[in-house]
Amino acid sequence: MFLQHLLNGITIGGSYALIALGYTLVYGVLKLINFAHGEIYMIGANLGFILISLIPAMPPFLQGNLILLLLAVVLVAAVICSLYGYYLEKICYRPLRGAPKLTPLISALGASIFLQNFVMISMGAKDRIFPQTIGMQAITMGGVSFTLLQLVIIFSSIALMALIYWFINRTRLGIAIKATSADPYMASLVGINVDTVISVTFMAGSFLAACAGVMIGLYYGSINFTLGYLGGIKAFTAAVLGGIGNVPGAMIGGFLLGVIEALGAGYFSSEYKDVYAFFILIAVLVFRPAGLLGKGANERA
Amino acid sequence: MNGHNLRHDLFYYLGMLLICAPFLKSHTVYVPLLFLGVWGLRRFAAFAGENRTITGIREQMESLVMAHSSLTVGSILAIALLLPFVSSNYLIDVLTSAILYAILATALNITVGMTGVLVLGFIGFYAVGAYTTGILTAKFALCGFWIALPLSGLAAMLCGILLGIPALRLKGDYLAVVTLGFGEIIRIFLTNLNALTGGPNGIMGIKRPSFGVFALDHPRDFYWFALVMLSLIVLVVARLANSRYGRAWVAIRENEMAAGALGINVFRKHLLSFSISAFLGGIAGSLFAVKQGFISPDSFTFYESVLVLCMVVLGGIGNVVGSVAGALLLIIVPEFLREFSLYRMLVFGAVMIAFMVFRPNGLLGSRLITEEIKDSADDDR
Repeated sequence: MFLQHLLNGITIGGSYALIALGYTLVYGVLKLINFAHGEIYMIGANLGFILISLIPAMPPFLQGNLILLLLAVVLVAAVICSLYGYYLEKICYRPLRGAPKLTPLISALGASIFLQNFVMISMGAKDRIFPQTIGMQAITMGGVSFTLLQLVIIFSSIALMALIYWFINRTRLGIAIKATSADPYMASLVGINVDTVISVTFMAGSFLAACAGVMIGLYYGSINFTLGYLGGIKAFTAAVLGGIGNVPGAMIGGFLLGVIEALGAGYFSSEYKDVYAFFILIAVLVFRPAGLLGKGANERA
Repeated sequence: MNGHNLRHDLFYYLGMLLICAPFLKSHTVYVPLLFLGVWGLRRFAAFAGENRTITGIREQMESLVMAHSSLTVGSILAIALLLPFVSSNYLIDVLTSAILYAILATALNITVGMTGVLVLGFIGFYAVGAYTTGILTAKFALCGFWIALPLSGLAAMLCGILLGIPALRLKGDYLAVVTLGFGEIIRIFLTNLNALTGGPNGIMGIKRPSFGVFALDHPRDFYWFALVMLSLIVLVVARLANSRYGRAWVAIRENEMAAGALGINVFRKHLLSFSISAFLGGIAGSLFAVKQGFISPDSFTFYESVLVLCMVVLGGIGNVVGSVAGALLLIIVPEFLREFSLYRMLVFGAVMIAFMVFRPNGLLGSRLITEEIKDSADDDR
């Protein structure tokens, strides 16, 4: 049973980690918690639903190649979502740079209400059932049962994390992001366009969140417009758990939170499943605000 | 930054249209119109900010109201007292809930506005107050409303202290998230502790209070009662804001380190403002319970916390009268938009963003506070 819970936890944890990366990256460059990030994830899931419903309308020779189609769905949803991230930053955060801390937070809450209701109006308030696509039959191996989809989700979240790790550490833009999060003013002095870097950071975070959204939609099988709130809070918890602003920390925090939640739901009570995340959040913030991998708690907290 | 040319705007809005496209169904026609409206508003805002006549008129209005503040408050109170005679029961009900929200906003303003501590789970205290009253007067019928009212406040205050002692060591966004977690934990426990709270079904049959034989059963009577409570609380908070404590809070908000160096015990003052605000939140919750007669966890969602926060910010952070104005505005205006109920929240979110972008100090953000905020923003750089 333990292995079963562990596997389920890792599946969910992977998407928590992907969303948490968005929080962490944005916090790194702007020192701001992007409270509307959960809604981007929700929009990603809904876009995934819309695009997957389009699959039956595709020409038959494409339909044979479901893996490729799913990949395309994730990619298109992620690209559109990264544009959402771009506009979110441009409309809600850029005019408020240098304003008191409370202001961007409120506009983020406004954006989150706006996006939620936007999706509610267009998609309806009811749960949408994701079309069954691939790998839904359970495979049992050594007392643990899982689906092919679960494996695909775990591997693609790890692959995406590797991709973002490579992007941040090996590309020019990624290094610019690192420089900006270390010291925005200094970065602007050495010729980095800080505005562009901030836009790119939002887009990268939204890209990952959209991928997580589509994967969660496929895994749970149903989505609605309120998905973003809990998902966002939990991913934020994961980011804090690993040390906000710290990229590997967000990844570890995501997996850890997923596993803790799955074990808690499995061994204690599943009614209080959502409370665990909040208790962990409060405990981490109170006892170790820098998170597991974070440094310099006194400066930030 | 020279982004205000036409071609830039065109690409900007076309891009937005593009990303909205997958979600559009039947109302496609309105979206470009909406964008045109937004574009026009932005142009107008840029124009109004520059134009001397418009800013001059605004400043004159402000100074006129400021000069006759007691007259203004008096006339507003008189109108509020006489209003029930000319309005329907439905409108009185709306006004009563606006008053309850005004109490909440005034309470939240103590922490958010005066002390500069952002609380995102404030509705948790409201819930604790409401449920204390519900449990004491209806579920187990242990005592009457007049005993339950202060007890509700004290229960919420206890929660505030228990949360505040560990949480107030944190600052800014972190603290905000901890309080958000608190609000959610309260709600989840209310939903699941069936024996005490009735679970998702809530508590029914909470009676309206009475003065001796004179029961406040009519909505109009209860409205007056709520109005009296609101006036009392606003008076207390306004006095408090000018007291030694209030000044200490503002000092902490402006510069915590300097306030500490001047001998203010920052943690204790934080805790004090937190617990007072929780107490008043609990009182508001108790009033809510007797007004509705029925409470369930659905009334205490995160959205309500955001709504109350918006009232504080919309009215002007740190401004006591502003919080009340914000509450009235945010409860009464949406009532008139009932016909567009589907789009109501959409507009609400957009207005929140617009307010932050164009008028970050709220409706009544006083000049003093504006300067203070500007200074502190400079320090952060």
